[in-house]
Formats: sequence, C-alpha cells, structure tokens
Amino acid sequence: MSNINYDNMELLRFTTAGSVDDGKSTLIGRLLYDSKSIFEDQYETIKNVSERRGEEGVNLALLTDGLKSEREQGITIDVAYRYFSTPKRKFIIADTPGHIQYTRNMVTGASTANVALILIDARKGVLEQTRRHAILASLLKIPHVLVCINKMDLVNYSEEVYNKIHDDFEQFASKLDVTDVSFIPISALNGDNVVDRSKNMDWYQGSTLLYYLENVHIASDHNFIDTRFPVQFVIRPYSDEFHDYRGYAGRVAGGVLKKGDKVTLLPSGFTSKIAKIDSYDGELEAAFPPQSVTVLLEDDLDLSRGDMIVRENNQPEMTQDLEVMVCWFNEQPLQVRGKYAILHTTQDVRCVVKEVRYKLDINTLHRDLESKEIKMNDIARVVLRTTKPLFVDAYRKNRITGSVIFVDEGTNETVGAGMII
Amino acid sequence: MNYHLNHLKELEAESIFVLREVAAQFENPVLMFSGGKDSILMVYLAQKAFYPGKIPFPLLHVDTGHNFSETIEYRDNLVEKIGAKLIVGSVQEAIDKGMVREEKGINASRNGLQTVALLEALEQGKYDAAMGGARRDEEKARAKERFFSHRDEFGQWDPKNQRPELWNIFNGKKQFGEHFRIFPISNWTELDVWQYLAMEKVDLPSLYFAHKRNVFRRDGILLAESEFIERKEGEEVMEMMVRCRTIGDVTCTGVWESEADNLEKIIEEVSTTRMTERGGRADDKRSETSMEDRKKKGYF
Repeated sequence: MSNINYDNMELLRFTTAGSVDDGKSTLIGRLLYDSKSIFEDQYETIKNVSERRGEEGVNLALLTDGLKSEREQGITIDVAYRYFSTPKRKFIIADTPGHIQYTRNMVTGASTANVALILIDARKGVLEQTRRHAILASLLKIPHVLVCINKMDLVNYSEEVYNKIHDDFEQFASKLDVTDVSFIPISALNGDNVVDRSKNMDWYQGSTLLYYLENVHIASDHNFIDTRFPVQFVIRPYSDEFHDYRGYAGRVAGGVLKKGDKVTLLPSGFTSKIAKIDSYDGELEAAFPPQSVTVLLEDDLDLSRGDMIVRENNQPEMTQDLEVMVCWFNEQPLQVRGKYAILHTTQDVRCVVKEVRYKLDINTLHRDLESKEIKMNDIARVVLRTTKPLFVDAYRKNRITGSVIFVDEGTNETVGAGMII
Repeated sequence: MNYHLNHLKELEAESIFVLREVAAQFENPVLMFSGGKDSILMVYLAQKAFYPGKIPFPLLHVDTGHNFSETIEYRDNLVEKIGAKLIVGSVQEAIDKGMVREEKGINASRNGLQTVALLEALEQGKYDAAMGGARRDEEKARAKERFFSHRDEFGQWDPKNQRPELWNIFNGKKQFGEHFRIFPISNWTELDVWQYLAMEKVDLPSLYFAHKRNVFRRDGILLAESEFIERKEGEEVMEMMVRCRTIGDVTCTGVWESEADNLEKIIEEVSTTRMTERGGRADDKRSETSMEDRKKKGYF
C-alpha cells in the first residue's frame, strides 16, 4: 500500500446556522453536489421528488431532507451531521435548524466546530437571527466565523448591497469576541462562489466558499501550551507479560506530553515523571491534542478516573466555586438553589446553583439583572458550588477543560451546557 | 515536531475516547459484531483503546441463520485471535420460541426479525450499553443519531427527545432497566473506513474482495444464489465477478459487479462510485422511511 498517503489531509468541522428561507439546505446540497459527494441513487430520489412536486429543476435542498417526524411538522428538530471530502480535507457539517426555540441545537453543533458558517439573505441583510448566530459563535468560541451573503442573484449581484451587509455585520461583530471573520458573496441556487468562482461578480476578488473551507488555518485551534491530561480509564492487564503494567488512558485536552516530563497529579499534588507514552502502535515520543494515548508514570501512585496529569508550573485552577455562562436546554427551568450533576472532563460531581447573576439577551447582548427565571434556550451567568474540586481553565483558554454539562438528577437528561468564565 | 493528525488518526482518537468512556461509565457493555467491515473496525479500535489489556467487553452477534459462510469463519477466527468472549443471539431461536413469525414469500427476509432477537439477547445478558458500528453518513435517520443514544425500557429510540451532546462530554446516566446504544464510529464515512483499514493493514473477510460467485438479478440488485432465497421465474443464475460493500443477512445483502480484488482497488472504486453502499440493501428499499421506522422500534 505504498501509495496510500493521507498525511496532509485534515479534518474540519463546521456548523451552519440559518432558517429554511436563508437557503441553508440549498447551500449544503450545492456543496455536496458540486464536490461530487452525491451518489446517483440519492440524486435519482430527489429528482423524482422534485418532479412529483412540480418543481423547476432538481431541488438540491431535498438532499438534507430530514426524518418523517420532521417533515410532518415542516421543521427540522435536531442537529444533522453531514459529510463530504476533497483531496485536502474531510468535512463534518453540523447542520442546525435556525429558529429561536432551537438555540440548544446551535450550541450543540457549535461546541466542536472550527468554523461557524452564518448565512445572510442578501435581500434582508443583518437580521435578529444573524445577530443571534454571531453571538452564539462568539460565546462558544468558534475560532473562525464565515459570513456567506446568499441570494446575490436576487439583488443583481450588487456590490453595494454586499458592502452594506458586510459593514453592518462588522460593526455589530466588533462588540463580540470573534477574531477571525470572513465574508463571501454567493448564490447557493446557481452555485456562484460556492465551489466555482462566480462569473457574475467581477468586483469580488476573495476566495470561494470551498476554497476557504479547504484552506482556513485550523492547525492552531487546539491549545498546545497548557498541558492537561484528564485520566479516563486505568489499564491494568493483569497478564503475565504485563504484570505490573499500570497505564493511564485518556485524551490529551491541552499541551504536549513527553517522556521524561516532570508532572503533577491532581488533586493529590504528588509529582512524578512520565515513564512512557504508550499506544497499540508502539511507544510515542510525544502526545498532543486531540490524541488518545496511555501514559505511564515512574512512580506507583494512586491515580484514577477524574484525576488530571498537568505540569508543575502550569496548573489549572482547582476549585469548588465556578462562574459559568449556561445555556439552558430543558422545559423545566433552571432552579436557583437547585442541585444538579455536573460532568466536567472525566469528572462526575454534584453542584448547587447559588445565584443567577444575569440573563443574557442573545439578540442584543443586553444583560438583564432583574429577570432570574432561566427557561429553555435562555443563556445566563450563574454561580455554582460543587461537591468536589474541579480542575478547570477558562473556556476561552481551553474548550475541553473549560466546559461542563448539567444533568438532572431525577430524569438523567442533559439540561444545560456551561462555559467556565 | 509537527503536532498534527490526519483525518483518519483524528477519527481514530475520537472513537478510542468513546470506547474508553463506555468501559468507564457502564457496568456491562457489549459490542455488536455483525462480521461486516464496520464492526471489524470497531473491534480493531477497541483493541487499540485497551492495549495491552484485552477488550473489556464481550462481542454479541445476532445471527439470522442466513449467513455467508465466510462471515462465520472470519468471526470465529477473530474471536480466537484476540481472546474475546462471543455471545450469539439467534433469530432461529426467536422463531422457534414463537416470539416472532417468519416472513413468507419471495422477498422473505429475517432482517426485521433481528430486532426481537437483539432486544432478547440484550435483556438476557443484562447489558446496559450496546455498541454498534452504525455511521451517520449511511442513511438520513442515522444522520441525527448521537454517540450515546438513550433507549427506554422497551429499547425504543425517540428522535425528538435526544440528549444534546456537546464537546466530548458523554452523558451515560440512566434509570434502572434502560440502556444505551453507542456508536463510536458515527463520524466515519464509508471511504474513511476503507482508507483506514488499508492504512492499518487490517485483515478482512474475503467477501469484500472481488470473487466469482453465482448471482441473480432482482429489482436491479444482484443477490447471491443461496439456499435461503427462493427465486422467481425468470430470475436466472449467472456467474459473475462480484464483491460485497456491506455484509448482512444473505437474503437482503446485494453484491456488486466489481474487479476490485485488493484494498487499493476498493478505495479507488469507493471514491469514484456513484451509488451509496446501502443502495444494495433490499431492507432499506421497502419504504422511504424504513430505517427510521426500524430504529424507533429498537433496530440498530
């Protein structure tokens, strides 16, 4: 298999947000179709459906058509994951519905994304919904934001319209914590600037959507500085060959681990050295995010799931008191003084919600200090006290060690997602 | 040093993380093994996840009794090689006990009956987590599936009431009697699977490689001649070079005309092919929503 070499191929995850009217489904259909990720039998199916419905041409939006239960209600109820690839990258799209009641889906799709793709209808410009998507992208710290100004064909491919929307968005985004914002004028319906360069917009010199997705710099999206290794599982083979083997399995959440590194174990505070970084493929020189590896230490110490291996001079905060931006997912409102299970890295603890500081209006960024009732899809800043110390970083520093989920102790449902401040 | 993973290694790291979460969060997990490439990939990833220890859960094969003989041979060899425990849930047994009634007629298949045998096997073994090799790119009902998919006490899937899944935090908490379906390779596509199996030089059943076989055509799909399928008049058996893209029950697994007799050729074929792999699955052709309907009842 000498000629099989995928070394330069990367994985990019992006999330799309927009309502049906923005042409989101058409855009995704167009990306899949033009990148030749559509199979003949899928294409035949949507062609037949388009004809049956009496539509002009083949409706690419049908490629992302959902479940029967969704079609019955005419809405998308959940995040759908879609896949396509080019020789440069493999793409995972978290396709999230845009209506207001589904903030939870957008947050879910955004949590692992490298890029947030925000769609704007050129005829309508920056809407409340656009602002909401941008605020969520900023809150979830998606490293790159791409604004696609769609339906340019319906505004005569006007540069003026594009510039106006571009400026409106930038002015609004300056209040947000987004650093890398790009703009592309497109027509998803006709394919302008999606995969192929538009012949109708000579005034636009930037890249096409696919070119952007293939080339946006994502190698620095992980934190390679602050070493964090949450212990997930202890491997003890108890076999003759590996009699005294005690390996700490986990996924590197931050920084780089190397053999011989002096490390500190949390919560005990004991120190040791990395004796070996092990894997099925043999010993590794170094381990970095998002690798799953097994770490062996020189000393025989008590370390188990939920503990963390860090560097002596670079430690996370060990605390029972957290300030968190929470996005609430459940019909049951958040209970102040209520108790919840909290999952953080590989830790499972309980917490009490001590206080709601304010509720954030996700359309205006206004902080509402009065209304303390946090309902489904609300976002609020809350104060928590946990039963055991957690080893945390601010979410803006590390998305893995800076995030928690809230679990209802009665129903076991995931009721909220929190970003540590 | 370049701290960079290619897409296959990143998918591997994610799947290993999920497999370890299962071992850590559940008391009695089981890995569903069908003999197909996706479950072979899962077993391989599980070996990696727990190396140098053995895989800390048994394999469960829901046997329809209508297998390609190559599948069973491969399964038994694999289990012996890795020292895993194998449990077989039998559809024949479910039929004999009168729990299900066998379909009659030309298109009779035991595929749908698997759900009952599966739920029975899960209940008997008191498994609280069943890992499957389903992928989100396979079918639209699977595109919305979680890694950790909660099932009620009847094993049912409720697509409207799924737990949100954020970052890499997986909530496996449940009430007594409920269980989870877990899909560690959710984010892999068919092409990823083949590229990875080739990169890692994983041993595969011969069925996946082009070979001569007696087949016949039905509704545009090539099916293997077998004692388990009744042929209609006019369905003539011919010998062709074919290979399987998925491996399931003989009665509904289509084979494809192909010359791809090694992994390199298969990857070439998969990257240029114009049909989805489930395009050959007669069980999906029954209606537009057949997968969604089966999943709600507890199918994988």
